[in-house]
Amino acid sequence: MTIAVSDPPARMTHGFDYTKLVLYGIALVLCVLIVLPMSWLIYYAFVDKNGAFTFGNFVTLVNDPTLLDPLITTFTLAFSTSLICCIVAAPMGWLVARTDMPLRRTVRLLVTASFVTPPFLGAIAWELLAAPNSGLLNKIYRVVTGAAADEHLLNIYSFSGLIFVIACYTFPYVFVLVANALDRTPGELEDASSILGGSTWVTARRVTIPLVLPAILAGALVAFLQAMTLFGSPAILALPAGFHTMTTKIWSLFQYPPKPELAAAASLPLLILTVLLLRAEHMILGRRSYAVLGGKNSDPRLIRLGWMRWAALALCFIVLLNPVFLPYAALFNATFSKVASQFITFSNFTFHNIHFVLFELSATKLALYNTFVLGIATATIGTVVAVVISYLTTREAVSGHRALGFLATAPVAIPGIVLGVGLFLSYTRPPFVLYGTLWILLLAFLTLAMPAAYQQMQSALKAIHPELEDASRILGATRLKALRQITAPLLRTSVIATWCFVFVGTIRELSAAVMLFTSETKVISVLIFDLNESGDLAAISVLGLIMLVVTSGIVALANRLRLGGGSVRLRDN
Amino acid sequence: MRNMKFSRRDVLKGSTALAVGTMFAEPARAAPPPASAITPALIEAAKKEGKCAFYTAMDLQFAEQFGKAFEAKYPGVAVRVERSGAERVFTRIAQEYQSNIHAVDVVNTSDQAHCIVWKRNNWLAAYVPEDVAQHYDKAFYDPDGFEVVTRILVSPIAYNTDLVKKEEAPKSFADLLDPKWAGKMVKAHPAYSGTIMNSTFQVARDLGWEYFEKLAKQRVMQVQSATDTPKKIALGERAIMVDGAGYLVIREKEAGKPVEVVYPTEGTPLATGPSAIFKNAPNPNAARLFFNWMHGREGQQMLVDVARQYSAHKQTVEKPGVRKLGDIKLMKEDPEGVEKGAEEIKRRYAQIFKV
Repeated sequence: MTIAVSDPPARMTHGFDYTKLVLYGIALVLCVLIVLPMSWLIYYAFVDKNGAFTFGNFVTLVNDPTLLDPLITTFTLAFSTSLICCIVAAPMGWLVARTDMPLRRTVRLLVTASFVTPPFLGAIAWELLAAPNSGLLNKIYRVVTGAAADEHLLNIYSFSGLIFVIACYTFPYVFVLVANALDRTPGELEDASSILGGSTWVTARRVTIPLVLPAILAGALVAFLQAMTLFGSPAILALPAGFHTMTTKIWSLFQYPPKPELAAAASLPLLILTVLLLRAEHMILGRRSYAVLGGKNSDPRLIRLGWMRWAALALCFIVLLNPVFLPYAALFNATFSKVASQFITFSNFTFHNIHFVLFELSATKLALYNTFVLGIATATIGTVVAVVISYLTTREAVSGHRALGFLATAPVAIPGIVLGVGLFLSYTRPPFVLYGTLWILLLAFLTLAMPAAYQQMQSALKAIHPELEDASRILGATRLKALRQITAPLLRTSVIATWCFVFVGTIRELSAAVMLFTSETKVISVLIFDLNESGDLAAISVLGLIMLVVTSGIVALANRLRLGGGSVRLRDN
Repeated sequence: MRNMKFSRRDVLKGSTALAVGTMFAEPARAAPPPASAITPALIEAAKKEGKCAFYTAMDLQFAEQFGKAFEAKYPGVAVRVERSGAERVFTRIAQEYQSNIHAVDVVNTSDQAHCIVWKRNNWLAAYVPEDVAQHYDKAFYDPDGFEVVTRILVSPIAYNTDLVKKEEAPKSFADLLDPKWAGKMVKAHPAYSGTIMNSTFQVARDLGWEYFEKLAKQRVMQVQSATDTPKKIALGERAIMVDGAGYLVIREKEAGKPVEVVYPTEGTPLATGPSAIFKNAPNPNAARLFFNWMHGREGQQMLVDVARQYSAHKQTVEKPGVRKLGDIKLMKEDPEGVEKGAEEIKRRYAQIFKV
């Protein structure tokens, strides 16, 4: 969601602004963050092993079926996921925003819960639920129907299984966009339609749906993008099923002997497509503004569903079973069961898994430490930088602020795994040898978090009219004093909310981390991924629940502050 | 001598000679370093360092147990286990060393080819623990003292006894091509696991790549680690394991899970797991102490009793339940061949199995 600056506030021209220096400083930092890894990526894509210019990498990419197939798979995957997300999430968004369905707030909250669940954790939980033979749901199915031991209802290790799991953790993007669009759409337009004799359904068809269509389309694009750039879920589910997606392929090109040239070449299509899709999203969302004309809008009139409101609620809960209730139940079960895929009974109840993870697993302590250090550092630095940039851009404090805004949002177009490749290529060689330190991960996480943080802070600053600061300055305060006394207190809650969201987004990042970690800079997400490869599902469940507790604590805090929420886009990986 | 796990002679008596025998058969180029005992000075120096980074491909649960047993014996020296598949460990060390990150103290791989590369790169430190010099056959340690065989693994077939009747269980690799096993098998990956890298090399050499081409048509579930396939059949997720860590099948069986090992008639792939100390180890003394303990009587006995693997230490006492290595028809290990062919194996494998 690129946000362009609209209605310029009064320009400050008087006096000398030290803010210029800040601008150039930050612009430089952003350039290093983004431009350096991307340059190396492009450079590598066009050279051979000896450093000579070549198109050979792309020729290999197109001609080698083990490279071309994943590309096709990825597009099919992304398209299907996006379609499913829209079909499921758009009606849900409408139900929550426009009808008298009960428990609407709860439904929104639960969608947030699927939002913050790391997709790779969801994928592992679904392994426990729907592996064809040992999956809990398939076991129930066999008991209920008396089916033979090798029959199954669901097979998560399949293309459709992968689409399903990715959709589970992608549909919130569409939901949030649709629900927010509807929240913002004034009820008067629908009232007008009703007054003029339109029935409920005519109003829906001719007024409401056209109003939210841009949001749905934008949601479809976002879902497409997410599915395309996701790494964890395909690595967990597609490889056992015997196929690669682009992200897992790029990652496997980095295994010994590493082929960075090919990996770089394979990253470029993802990067280019992402940029194009985001352009498309921007164009579509750009049209949305006509929906929010007018002064103070009345609350939208809720459509009475009658008895159907209970059916609607049931439907919402059935949908939410998949990303939230079932996976967490499975993780909980595996945490306390001696065998990950058996239901807890008195005889197989155990605390061993928790003991193992907390006291025996020597990687836990270091990974938790690294994760929290990085989470706190990224959230703090990211928020500070975001505040400064959004101040400079919303107040148009200096010339060139547009470029700054663009730089801050640009990382949206960089899939995590591509950034990982780029950073690996940039920082494993002099002059900046950062590989092996937490710094390289900090750079990765900062870059990935910047767009969301910037968007949040920018919308928060836009909500504070500059006349408050102007008043302060007219009365003789310097810019800094005005900032400290007027703007800062008003921004406090947004700052805390942004901090929380960046923190949550950071501790679940996998795709860049998996390219950049070393044994001493491992984070929880990578540890979980490692454990999945060696089949230690019980240990994963424990770590997963720890992550859940931390994230929901933080999200609850952010929600209490009643800010952000809507337009935040957490990165998936 | 009755208590010996197996001697070199036992092994060589088998239908196939162990490659470890051939590997170190060449005359020593340099005098091996003198055997080192665990001295109070070493313990003191190790305690000062306080920690040891142990990169290994062993099953995680056992590796942690192993480390904890060492810590119990030498309090104050914490072992941090960095577990992944041997091929991953190899990649990790290469990436770290290329960036001048010297984080690894002791490595234990399941692919001997790795030691060839590390030795060639001059990354290893020569160190021969006293027990190794006294109680290991020369076939099981490097003449220059750069590596010692810590454990010997086989990669047999195995099945879930709830899902497959004993009479119907496959007896050979060829049996796995029977259409009735389609969709019921699980297999680990040579680009991840050293055991599987070796087994893939050996099966492809003895049965031909056509074997894998036919096997791929059986809709095999592809996991990464050789430690995962035994877990998958123990969970009942698949009925048959094509390859994987044999010792874990035995461990699962002894824990009461419905699994059984099959040593295929064509021969069972073999993977010798050597350990080495890195020259630039950040904790050189802790590394030596751990290395010494690991290859001593105590560590090796634990490997036999708990991990259910084969030891090269002549004084280890056998624990019933594991078939003697000499009684298994083994495929011949060829670390040099694996070292040269690894890239090609990964490429062909990815072509055939699509991942």
